[in-house]
Amino acid sequence: MGNGPSVLEASITTHSPIGIQNERNTSVVEFHDVHKLFTSKEKTTVALKGVTFTVNKGDIFGVIGFSGAGKSTLLRTVNLLERPTSGKVIVGGKDVTKLSVAELRNTKKDIGMIFQQFHLLETKTVFENVSMPLLLSQTPKKQIQDRVFELLSFVGLTEKAKHYPDQLSGGQKQRVGIARALATNPSILLCDEATSALDPETTASILQLLKRVNKEYNITILMITHEMNVIKEVCNRVAVMSQGEVIELGNVLDVFANPQTETARNFVKSVVPDNIPPGVFRILEANRGKSRIFKIQFIGEGSGQPMISQVAKRFKCDANVLFGNITELQGIPFGNLIVELQGSEPEISRAYQFMLQQNAIVKEIL
Amino acid sequence: MEVSSAQVVQAIYETLYMVGVSLVFATLIGLSLGILLVVTRKGHILENQAVFSTLNPIINVLRSVPFIILLVAIIPFTRLIVGTSIGTTAAIVPLVIYTGPYIARLVENSLLEVNAGIIEAAEAMGATPVQIIFRFLIPETLGSLILSITTATIGLIGATAMAGAVGGGGIGDLAITYGYQRFSTITIVATVVILVIMVQSLQSFGNVLARRIRRK
Ligand SMILES: Nc1ncnc2c1ncn2[C@@H]1O[C@H](COP(=O)(O)OP(=O)(O)OP(=O)(O)O)[C@@H](O)[C@H]1O
Ligand SMILES: [Mg+2]
Repeated sequence: MGNGPSVLEASITTHSPIGIQNERNTSVVEFHDVHKLFTSKEKTTVALKGVTFTVNKGDIFGVIGFSGAGKSTLLRTVNLLERPTSGKVIVGGKDVTKLSVAELRNTKKDIGMIFQQFHLLETKTVFENVSMPLLLSQTPKKQIQDRVFELLSFVGLTEKAKHYPDQLSGGQKQRVGIARALATNPSILLCDEATSALDPETTASILQLLKRVNKEYNITILMITHEMNVIKEVCNRVAVMSQGEVIELGNVLDVFANPQTETARNFVKSVVPDNIPPGVFRILEANRGKSRIFKIQFIGEGSGQPMISQVAKRFKCDANVLFGNITELQGIPFGNLIVELQGSEPEISRAYQFMLQQNAIVKEIL
Repeated sequence: MEVSSAQVVQAIYETLYMVGVSLVFATLIGLSLGILLVVTRKGHILENQAVFSTLNPIINVLRSVPFIILLVAIIPFTRLIVGTSIGTTAAIVPLVIYTGPYIARLVENSLLEVNAGIIEAAEAMGATPVQIIFRFLIPETLGSLILSITTATIGLIGATAMAGAVGGGGIGDLAITYGYQRFSTITIVATVVILVIMVQSLQSFGNVLARRIRRK
């Protein structure tokens, strides 16, 4: 009976989304017991309480949490926009808190950053904005020109090179922000709520662009967000933060399939609702004794719908899908079905036993 | 007794000379102090409590002294700098000391308008403090800095009228000695017209320049 989780784990490893699990051993960013206090005359705020985790090369690592959880503070310790009160932040093998001013400046050229409000220079053209990081490091003019046009074509804004930010849409501004962040060819990209100021469609296109940044430029991405949808769309790893602490950490599939904390469960529900619609309860009342209702949570192709038709074929009972919700996580179907089985009691019990042995978590709804 | 046109030309020249030279020095001082006031404040790129809390009250004191009093009060200092306390050149020293802090405040206000996020983006790029000032803060506010300096220049023109007290001459002085003290209506009208034209064209020039720089 209690074999749900182990089956689940098996299914996750076989369906390992992107085949680069093995390369994921080199760490790019490591947080070691990072604390941050903000002290003012009136009070002390504990923004980070012992955060420890590692972002590996190639990851698109998402940090999710409610407002005030400490996400921005955490992200900003990576390039020391915020200096941790204690703990270590290791970027590319070096503890950033120990670097000299000059070393830190160099390290920053290896860390790109984009922002919710874009933070472009309003008096500069798109071209000039993207070339700014290169100008700061005295790159020759010709090289700047080539690099900027390469990046503008990558983000699809070649035609807008001479425009000013106030002539661009939010999505286009974020594309400029991304091009600017990539100018110095960093190995890490930090994203602070990069899509929170955008509508859903634009959000999707920016997320696709970030995926390409990750794949084509081989840039590790650390992003923070309060939208589970963003995590679902692009991340392979996720940390859930609450009140300055990481309360849950793991592969996105694991966290979606098996959230351990209430906060994580709520975030998962925001993308994959698993609440049972009231209508189902009414059916349950009416059919009490004649049928049983099960919730099936499934991951991967071979589960869910096929399982139900199997049940209908193998056993003398009818299976009705009362409610269903399917989404995709890294290309893998993931969702919930609520199914009613009608038939004789022994047949339903056998069907239930059968379902328990499949690649899914099956629970009877009482 | 009426003024001659040669006197008027001479007075215009004196005014332009006082305003022009004072403006150059006052702008240099004002820009530097304004930048310092911004970058040394708490949480900014070169936070420095000592510098900030010294500069801030000094600028406030200088700004609260009326020009005519400043003019007289700093006579020894003026003599030290330009060797005399009388004449057009001598008027420039108090004009600079009067206008510099004013420009510093205007510059401070403009630079504070720059979104903290832009500074953060600059820091994330690894910009040095000097780069942040000259590649981010100043270019982003150039339009409003030009308008600030225009405003300060107009204030300077007004202040030069009192330069007569130390023999500075200029249009304003002409208006007071001939027009007001000797009841010459025509002199008053003529000087006012000249001043209005000066201020008006300066303001228009400033506006056009600022608009061009903002490129909108
Ligand atoms: N500069 C600061 N001074 C004082 N307190 C701060 C400062 N920055 C952040 N805090 C506090 O630290 C806590 C964490 O803030 P942080 O901005 O990291 O949260 P967040 O998770 O990014 O929230 P949001 O989703 O609203 O951006 C909050 O309680 C906030 O008030
Ligand atoms: Mg935040």
